[in-house]
Amino acid sequence: MIEGILIGLTTALTFQNILMVMVGCFFGTIIGMLPGLGPMTAIALMIPITYGFDPATGLILMAGVYYGAVFGGSTSSILLNAPGVPGTVATSFDGYPMAQQGKAGKALAIAAWSSFAGGTLSAIYLLFMAPSLSKVSLSFRSPDYFALMILGLTAIAAFSSKGQFLKAMMMVVLGLMLASVGQDSLSDITRFTFNNMNLTDGISFVLVVMATFAMSEALTIILKRNDPTSAARQVSLTELGSIKINKEERTKMYKTIPRSSVIGFLIGVLPGAGATIASFLAYGMERNIVNDEEKEKFGKGSVNGLSAPETANNAACSGSFVPMLTLGIPGSGTTAVMLGALLGFGVQPGPRLYMTNPEIFWSIIMSMYIGMVILLILNLPLIPYIARILAVPKNYLIPLILFFSITGIYVMSFNNFDIYLMIGIAVVATFMRLYDFPMPPLILAFVLGGLMEENLRRSLLLSNGSWEFLWDRALTACILLTTILIVIWHVYKTMFKRTKT
Amino acid sequence: MNINTTKVISLLFFIFSAFYLYTAYQIQVFAFDENAPFNARTFPIYLGYAGLFFSGLKIILPDPNTIKVQYKTLEYKKTLILIIIAIIYGATILKVGYFLTTSLFLFSSYYFLGERRWVLMFLLSFPFVAAFMYLLHGVLDIYLRDPFLQLIGVMG
Repeated sequence: MIEGILIGLTTALTFQNILMVMVGCFFGTIIGMLPGLGPMTAIALMIPITYGFDPATGLILMAGVYYGAVFGGSTSSILLNAPGVPGTVATSFDGYPMAQQGKAGKALAIAAWSSFAGGTLSAIYLLFMAPSLSKVSLSFRSPDYFALMILGLTAIAAFSSKGQFLKAMMMVVLGLMLASVGQDSLSDITRFTFNNMNLTDGISFVLVVMATFAMSEALTIILKRNDPTSAARQVSLTELGSIKINKEERTKMYKTIPRSSVIGFLIGVLPGAGATIASFLAYGMERNIVNDEEKEKFGKGSVNGLSAPETANNAACSGSFVPMLTLGIPGSGTTAVMLGALLGFGVQPGPRLYMTNPEIFWSIIMSMYIGMVILLILNLPLIPYIARILAVPKNYLIPLILFFSITGIYVMSFNNFDIYLMIGIAVVATFMRLYDFPMPPLILAFVLGGLMEENLRRSLLLSNGSWEFLWDRALTACILLTTILIVIWHVYKTMFKRTKT
Repeated sequence: MNINTTKVISLLFFIFSAFYLYTAYQIQVFAFDENAPFNARTFPIYLGYAGLFFSGLKIILPDPNTIKVQYKTLEYKKTLILIIIAIIYGATILKVGYFLTTSLFLFSSYYFLGERRWVLMFLLSFPFVAAFMYLLHGVLDIYLRDPFLQLIGVMG
């Protein structure tokens, strides 16, 4: 491990990579602060830039954007009660009341230190857990991988907000259907191309991400007459107040941060769950743990109530890298985008990644530490300045998002057809967004589509067409059982709520 | 009668899945692969049935979280104009070149979204695209095809 850490440090501490972490964190913080534009959009917009770099640098840049977006989201939650990303909704419960009491600077400082501590602690957990899990996952076979993918896709659908399970499952199927377009990987038989040569190689992953996130989010903002930058314009006018944290507040944070980082990290590791669930769970857990006097303060500006979700959402970000780096299976939409980008670089994440490409594996982990330090430096003293940059009117922001999206596709293929296809998918996605059809399950399914078919193919061929492979191995059966339990839990929860109402 | 649009979308998805399933059955496979446990059409067929299953459930089951979109408040005109500009951009980018089409796309998008600060609009289109092109082409070594710049001799 020491050797790996040194490899990681050598790679992560090059001038170029430190610069990339800084650019990523800065850009991510800006996008994260804009309500409606999440980390997936931020990462998608960065993909064309990463083409010019080696895989390690590209991924370090994207990881920086990810932490930055979650970090930036907390700022708008605290100052404006307008969470930039879903993972920071719980932050607003106590952050915003604190800001209203004239302690915005203090709330930002608590959030920044909690995020820093959560991110750093979870990077340590990742440091120890990822190599061990990689070793364990070497024993995984095709049926286990297939079952894991089913679990991941079911979980992301089940953890979508209420009443969306079936919608999310439809999006999963749509994502898999889109992934099936083009040549079959084994026989080279073309499928669903309708004799169109442009579809022979399938639909590009970047195209789908750009269309369903960056472009459709931009169109949705125009269609719904939203103005994400109006919030930012208010930030620059806000009186932040002192950023000093007193001893009593520090003592409270010392207790909250370790437990919230553990829960955040573990939730982040779970496929489908993520920063949103982690932050809500940590908030709920903290509320149950503290004494009655402190419990009363929850929702009115509690230090524990602010520190817990902030620690957990950053810890979950690091946690979500575990399944991606060790199993090659992303646990969330955001890491699915990163996996897609890695595959584009020709790197196959999985249990052998830390042996075949140790510089990528370890440099990502090491860059997390560097990223956390940079975010801490960024968030505290620079927030008012970042907010001023954000006050760009949406009349400029939207065309720029469209420009980055189209450029991303253009530099990849130099093909008009891809641009038309992207616009078409973006229009459909915009319409579906109006009716709350979630997009992350589609992306996750699209990325996993090829791998899933490949593992099902191997499993069925080895078992001579029998579906017994699903319960032949204890591990496969356990994973499938977990999937079934998730579905049962979801159905029970939905029915219980319906009966209650 | 009040039509639940989510169910209409689900119905459309059901029809799409049926079409997908039909097309999946039409996939030509090699003769020796026809009766294999897994061939090029196996996975798509499962997907087609899965699509029918989930969309069918969505149509049949009651929808407690009906989403009502206020159509009257939506900004159709600007959205449509942006889409049309993007299509024109896509159609001309290869023939005219990256610099000119992208700059014009940005400039016209700002205009149609209601911006009238001409100097800022210009700065955030032509010089901005030139700087971005330099970053991609000059610094990151990402090839950008541009017949227009080649014609006027700016690009080699």
